[in-house]
Amino acid sequence: MNDSILVLVVASGVAYGTPLLYAALGELLAERSGVLNLGVEGMMLVGAVMGFWGVQRIGGQGGMVLFLAVMAAALAGAAVALLFAFLVITLRANQIVSGLTLTIFAGAAGLSSYLGNDLGLADAPATHQFEPVDAFGLADFPVLGPILFEQTWLVYASWVLVAATALYLTRTRPGLNVRAVGESPQTADAVGISVTAYRYAHVVAGGALAGIGGACFSLALTPSWVDGLTGGAGWIAIALVIFAFWRPELCLVGAYFFGAFQALPFILQARGVTIAPELFQALPYVMTVVVLVIVSSGIAKRRLGAPGALGVPFVREER
Amino acid sequence: MSIRIERRLSQPRWLSVAVPVCSLVVAFLLIAIVLLATGHDPLETYKDLFEAAFTAEGALSQTLVGATPLLFTGLAAAAAFRMNLFNIGGEGQLYFGAIGSSAAGLLLAGQSAPVLIAAMMIAGIATGAAWALIPGFLRAYLSTNEIITSLMLNYVAGLFLTYLIFDSSSYWRDTTSPSAAVFPVGKELPDAASWPTFGSSIVVPFGFLVGIVAAIGLWALYSRTRFGFEVQVMSDSPRAARYSGMRTRRKILAVMGLSGGLAGLGGASQVGDFLHTLDADPNGLRAYGYGYTGIVVAALARYNPFAVVLVAFLIGGLQNAGISLQGPDFPSGLVGVMQGMILFTTLGGELFVRYRVRIGRSHRGARPAEAAAEATR
Repeated sequence: MNDSILVLVVASGVAYGTPLLYAALGELLAERSGVLNLGVEGMMLVGAVMGFWGVQRIGGQGGMVLFLAVMAAALAGAAVALLFAFLVITLRANQIVSGLTLTIFAGAAGLSSYLGNDLGLADAPATHQFEPVDAFGLADFPVLGPILFEQTWLVYASWVLVAATALYLTRTRPGLNVRAVGESPQTADAVGISVTAYRYAHVVAGGALAGIGGACFSLALTPSWVDGLTGGAGWIAIALVIFAFWRPELCLVGAYFFGAFQALPFILQARGVTIAPELFQALPYVMTVVVLVIVSSGIAKRRLGAPGALGVPFVREER
Repeated sequence: MSIRIERRLSQPRWLSVAVPVCSLVVAFLLIAIVLLATGHDPLETYKDLFEAAFTAEGALSQTLVGATPLLFTGLAAAAAFRMNLFNIGGEGQLYFGAIGSSAAGLLLAGQSAPVLIAAMMIAGIATGAAWALIPGFLRAYLSTNEIITSLMLNYVAGLFLTYLIFDSSSYWRDTTSPSAAVFPVGKELPDAASWPTFGSSIVVPFGFLVGIVAAIGLWALYSRTRFGFEVQVMSDSPRAARYSGMRTRRKILAVMGLSGGLAGLGGASQVGDFLHTLDADPNGLRAYGYGYTGIVVAALARYNPFAVVLVAFLIGGLQNAGISLQGPDFPSGLVGVMQGMILFTTLGGELFVRYRVRIGRSHRGARPAEAAAEATR
């Protein structure tokens, strides 16, 4: 029963969806504070390469090395996000152009490739990688076992993160403040919330999460380093935030949904079914466009739509 | 003591020259630090880059090859961004231009070269514009944000292109030649569909000349016609445009179509000038991200069509140098880092054109009229 194609698709949807989930949660934090960062792919790649550098160069016991590698990935992602934050928040540069530039700067033909080459990581075999952990000995449990209880630590940690983010945004003072900053920075500023500080913090945190998302590739899914390892996952993550109506719990569902579409062509191919893989791969993008059309119409816009000040720089003197 | 950033009342002319130059210098200094930190000699690297891009034997011809697609995608971005329409779908529109123009070239096999070339250009413009009209229509009639829709459609276009050559027996796919049995390729276009080149020591592709003509046309359209004036008003103040009775929706469609048409013409030029087939290889047409780099080109050129020509040439040179210097001694990824850094410093430098930074006590007084006008927008 656990070998049935449906179980396989969902289980690999979870595995392939996890990097999307981390990156999307990060992007969600940035967007909720009103900053649209289109540089997710670049931040993920820098995270992926530094995560891989971590496992190759940090000595010590396996679990510790992997933990430090994930931290290195998060730091790397945060560092490039800080650069972006400085540009769009302090220097008030155009967010769209800056985000695309971040992807070119850090992406497959930029910094990540530079680092991968200079640190001699290309084509090196991985010394450590995240292995699936049999949680509570339930891996053989019918149907749910392979899906929920035979995943890596990265997957289990992402569930905690989703819950934490959802609680943060709805139940804590800073979480409510960041939503105010994203919806109406002028109002937030008037009640004494520092728009600049909140935006910096959430863009940088978003970068750290994107870095971890990248590390999911280089430490778990495909433990190695090649240029452009993430293969466009950063763009799907941006789509996912919209698809999930800017809500963390829906990000979880969407990530596994999109992840399953990534995995489906390979699974079908292995079973001798030939359907053009492009069909499945294109679906997340098409569905995102459809969702975007829905949320831009009247009623849905108010209840489900994007943060009100998304993409608009905040200039205190010019309200 | 405090640091205050305030809007300039007027932008002195010298600043719009001095700031970009300073930005460029800062970018090169920052990259030099990166190079030094990773054990490369910055001066040596810069010299190699400059030689490979501009002064080496045949370098200028190769630079023009790299500059041609960027010229089109740069103009496409400039055309849309001018109206605050953020069409970042140039990449997909370029693919569709390639699909349309190669179909025209294959269908009209046997016709004379001028007919073929004209048909390819028209087909490229039409298909690129049609693909751009999807986000354009959604924006104009359903007020859906065009940034994300045009971005998402890039991937749909890329996958469609792959599908045509790799996973279907489409009209474009070569199913007869022996090499196609080993690796899927597109049908070869007739010889008469190859666009001409000019010059011998420096080879200028026909597409580059078409791009220059397009740049002049775009400039004339935006600064010498009523259409251009209305677009400018809509970008500066959408409300004023609506109250004065300008047809906003039509204008959105027109500008998106124009932008997509330019990118599509870039796709036609790729097919006609260089590829002579519909190329879906992951290391081919899809590898360079011309659409995205075009946005960088347009931003560096501050959306001025003539500046786009110059910047496309310089960035084309940088990319060409990156390709020809590829090897163990040359840090891979440097080209992307340089492009990114140059744009970062330029975008940052914009602040000093638009605002002044005051250090010291702020003087209280009436708010400048212009800042007030800005605020009531």
